[in-house]
Order: sequence, then C-alpha cells, then structure tokens
Amino acid sequence: MEFNEWIDIGYLIAAALFIFGLKKLGHPRTAPRGNQLGALGMLVAVLTTILDMELADDPANWTLIIAGLAIGSLIGYWMAVKVEMTGMPELVALFNGFGGAASALVALSESWRYIEDTSLALPTGLDIQVIMIAAGLSALVGWMTLTGSLLAMFKLKGGISVFGKWFKTPTWGPTWLNPVKVILMLTVLALIYMSIDDPRNTDYLWAIIGISSLLGIILVLPIGGADMPVVVSLLNSLSGIAAAFTGFIIGNSVLIVAGSLVGASGLILTFIMCKAMNRTLPDVLFKSFGGSGEKASLTRTKVGSDADEVAMMLDGAQKVIIVPGYGMAVSQCQHQVKEFADLIAEKYDTEVSYAIHPVAGRMPGHMNVLLAEANVPYEQLIEMDEINPEFPDCDVALVIGANDTTNPAARTGEGPLAGMPIIDADQARTVVIIKRSLSVGYAGVDNDLFYMDKTMMMFGDGKKMMTALNNAIKES
Amino acid sequence: MYEWRNASKADKTNGGIGMTPELLIGSITLFVLSIFLGFELITKVPATLHTPLMSGANAISGISIVGALLGANVAYDGGNTDLSGILAFIAVVLAMINVVGGFAVTNRMLNMIAGKKNRGA
Repeated sequence: MEFNEWIDIGYLIAAALFIFGLKKLGHPRTAPRGNQLGALGMLVAVLTTILDMELADDPANWTLIIAGLAIGSLIGYWMAVKVEMTGMPELVALFNGFGGAASALVALSESWRYIEDTSLALPTGLDIQVIMIAAGLSALVGWMTLTGSLLAMFKLKGGISVFGKWFKTPTWGPTWLNPVKVILMLTVLALIYMSIDDPRNTDYLWAIIGISSLLGIILVLPIGGADMPVVVSLLNSLSGIAAAFTGFIIGNSVLIVAGSLVGASGLILTFIMCKAMNRTLPDVLFKSFGGSGEKASLTRTKVGSDADEVAMMLDGAQKVIIVPGYGMAVSQCQHQVKEFADLIAEKYDTEVSYAIHPVAGRMPGHMNVLLAEANVPYEQLIEMDEINPEFPDCDVALVIGANDTTNPAARTGEGPLAGMPIIDADQARTVVIIKRSLSVGYAGVDNDLFYMDKTMMMFGDGKKMMTALNNAIKES
Repeated sequence: MYEWRNASKADKTNGGIGMTPELLIGSITLFVLSIFLGFELITKVPATLHTPLMSGANAISGISIVGALLGANVAYDGGNTDLSGILAFIAVVLAMINVVGGFAVTNRMLNMIAGKKNRGA
C-alpha cells in the first residue's frame, strides 16, 4: 500500500468522527462530547488534506494557505467568543452563509481555472459532465445559501443599521412570486445543462451566480421573523448539500459524506421544528401568512395592572411558573427575570420554575440559552409536556412576551393555530402577562387568555416591567 | 477502493478528475447512503438541543475547507495564481470562519445548556 493511499483512510476516520459527533449532539448528556468529536474530525480532515498536498509533486504555496487558515480561524474564534447569547441565532445564520459561500467559491475557482488559462486542456467526456453539473449545482445551492442566510440574519436582527440610520428588514411576498421562484430555479438548471457544452463561457457562469443569489433573497424575503429558525435550519441543510456537490467536483469522499450527512440531518431538524410550530415546510416557504391586515379586527379591551398590584398578588404565592417568550429575548430581560425569581423565592418562599415551549423565541432552545446566560439553574427549566400538568396547582403564571404559545385558541381545532401544542398557562389560578399591547401574535389570532378575569396585563417593555416589578417587590 | 482525486494523485496535465462510470456510481452511492444515515442519526432530539445541533452540524458543513485547500493548491501550483487562486484563498478563509466559529459557538452554547446537571435525557 502506497503512502498516499493512507489519505483515504484519514478521510474515512474524519467521516466516522462526524457521524459519531452528530449522533452524540442529539443527547443532552453527550452533546459537548459530540461537538468535540466533530471538531476532531475536522482537524483530521484538514491535516489529512495538508499531508496530501505535501505529498503532491508540485510544492504548494504554503504561505498563502497557512495565512488563509490562520485568518479564518482567528476571525471565527473571535466572533464566537465575543457574541452575546441573544445574538446567537444571527451568528449561526452568518456562519452558515460563509459555509455556503466557501463551497460555491471552490466550485467557481475550479471552473475559473479553465477560463483563465485557455492553454489548460479541458477535461473530456464524463469528467466534464460531472464537473460542470456538480459545479453548477454547488453554485446554485451555495450562493443561494449565502444571500438567504445574510437576509435571514438581518431579519433575525429585525433591521439593518446604515450610517446610524435604522432600516427595518422588509417582509414582502405576493403569491405571483412563487411561480417566479420555480422559473428561476429551472433557468439555472437549464444554464447548467448548457454550460456542459461550453465550459469556458463566462456568460453562463455569471448568470448562474446572479440568479442563484437572487433566488436566496426572494426565498427568504416573504418569510416572517417568527419562521426564521426554520429557514436558518433549512439553509443549514442546503449548505451541507453544497459541500457534497463540491465533493463531486473534486472527487473527494469526505466532502460527499459530511456534506450529505449535514444536508439530511439538517432537513430532519427543519421538519422537527416545523412540526413543533404546527406548520408544514411548504407552508413556511410558499405561504406568506400572519400579515398585518388582521390586526385591525381587535375590538375587546383590557385594563392594565401596575407593578404594585402584581407584587401584592404575588405575596403569598406558593408556586409560580414563568413562561418566557420572544418578548423576553427582544427586551433582553433574562437577568431581571432571574432576579425576580430569586426575590420571590427568598421573600415569599415561593417555588419557581420555567415553562419552556419548544418554539418559544426565535430558535428552538433560545429560551434555554438566554436563561442559562442569566444563571438560571437548568433543573428549573421544564419542557412543555412535563410542566403542563402542574399549572392547575400553580398560583401565578407569569407570561413574559409570549403570545401564540399560550393561546387557548390552539385547542379549538380551528384557525391557523389549530393543533399547535401550547403551554397551559390559562389553567393557573392567576395569570400575569407582560406584553407591549393586546395585539395579536405572529399567527394573527386574538388571544382569549388576555381577557380572562384572572388575567392581569402589564403593558410595556419586558425589561422595564420586570424592573418595576422587582422594585415593587423589594419595597413591599 | 475507488480512485479519488487526491492532490498527490492528480493528473495536472489535463486537470481531469479521472471520472469513470464506476467511480461516479460509487460517489452517488456514497451520497445517497450518507443521506439515509443523516436521516437516521437525528430522530429524537430534545428541543433544548435543536439550536446547538444546528450550529454543530453547520460547523461540519464547513468541510468545504478540504475542497478549498485542494482548490487553492491546484490553483497556485498550476502556474496561474490569478483569480482562481484568490477565489480559493477567500474560500479557505470563509470555510475556516465557519468551522472554528461554528464549533466554538456550539461549545459555548452547550456549556450553558447541557454542561450543567440536567434532568433526564
């Protein structure tokens, strides 16, 4: 066995480590280990590649390659360490875009060699067919992932700041846009097919890149902020597929294996997320719903309560369940929430736990990350199915910026929320809701919970209201 | 064993990948089986872990670093370090951001979520 046959063994080990890593990432106990295995697999893959390049006849340009590796590592590490926990979903979207772009650039670099150096003989027969198809598909998926992920990132942020001016990220998607997406997709496939016979034609190349980038944007543009987790997960799956196609271009097994693993597992994760939100993937992608039109139909009113009233009511509560939602993430009041829990536990000897809806916030697990950042003990974070039976014994349910995930309308079997699992906050003896207004949630359905007699509404920003509530408790 | 185009085996004279019908079928088999494996790997995942899982999988999709390195290599020593070399260099940087940043941020998340004592699996 020649030495460079060992290269394939190196890639095999890397692929196996990725498989174990992904498997272990799915269980709480083994997840950190899974992540380490994945990282180790990546190290093995990179070292194997470097060894492979060292064994090649021509010496490689190590200065540039090592510079590229070092610059990328430093930037990536710096971003990962610096990011606030609330900015996590955006960062994942951004990294994902970079991954897609890297795959697309590799494809472009491969095609460009022949365009740049016309003396280089074109591969023939099956070679050129495989290269051009794989490069085209890699470009389609890769550029789409880049622009889609960048837009998703700005949608998660809610807007973009240009020269100190804040622009809200638009959500726009008339129904005629759907056939346009299909036509553009088919156009790219046709261009890829035509490029096989004319690999040096740059018109095809730019057209493929341009249309793919546009596709990424118009795919994400109609999708509302609340569905962004699903979109980011789908884009993550796509970036894996892009890597797999890149593997076909350069005939490399580890790219094919790792890329398609991520593609498939990312897709499954996307479906799991959709299911938790009671949506289907085609609905998320092609139906722009939950528009602003329905908001006008609100007719009922509710008198707001102030912090002192709520503090008084909390005095003597034995069991309080906190139900965090997107509003907590937006106002970043997790520290105030933790302070609140400590205060009532100390002052009134109250038992406090947190009810975590699977899709509360902008990403599954978003609430867990935020509350963990505020040092809330993990044992107090209880998943929906486990905590729902506890609500009838609960004195106060404190809902912070959650709407659809607590809406009893979901039980009726009608309307957009029908069938979505919800937190049974309405079964608590008293419900306190911190929310900026009575307006409907993402699904556009009025929430009966707000109007119940036992419900106290605190109208305002999560952070302000929690601070006021904490002060009121301290003073009482 | 299929003949993959490793850098050390690459045929620089025509730049081809030595694709044969057998190799293509082999690659497609690998692709399809890995997809099935990916479907099976992720079945029951607690909601808490969805984001770290997504982030960790995302870091693995940075495997295109291997393609970027090989691409950079061929582009540089193919005698034409112009645009295709620059493209591959950018690909190396972006893929590395994805890989290092992705694993680091996943690790941070997991330390917060699963690192502490947890209730059941």
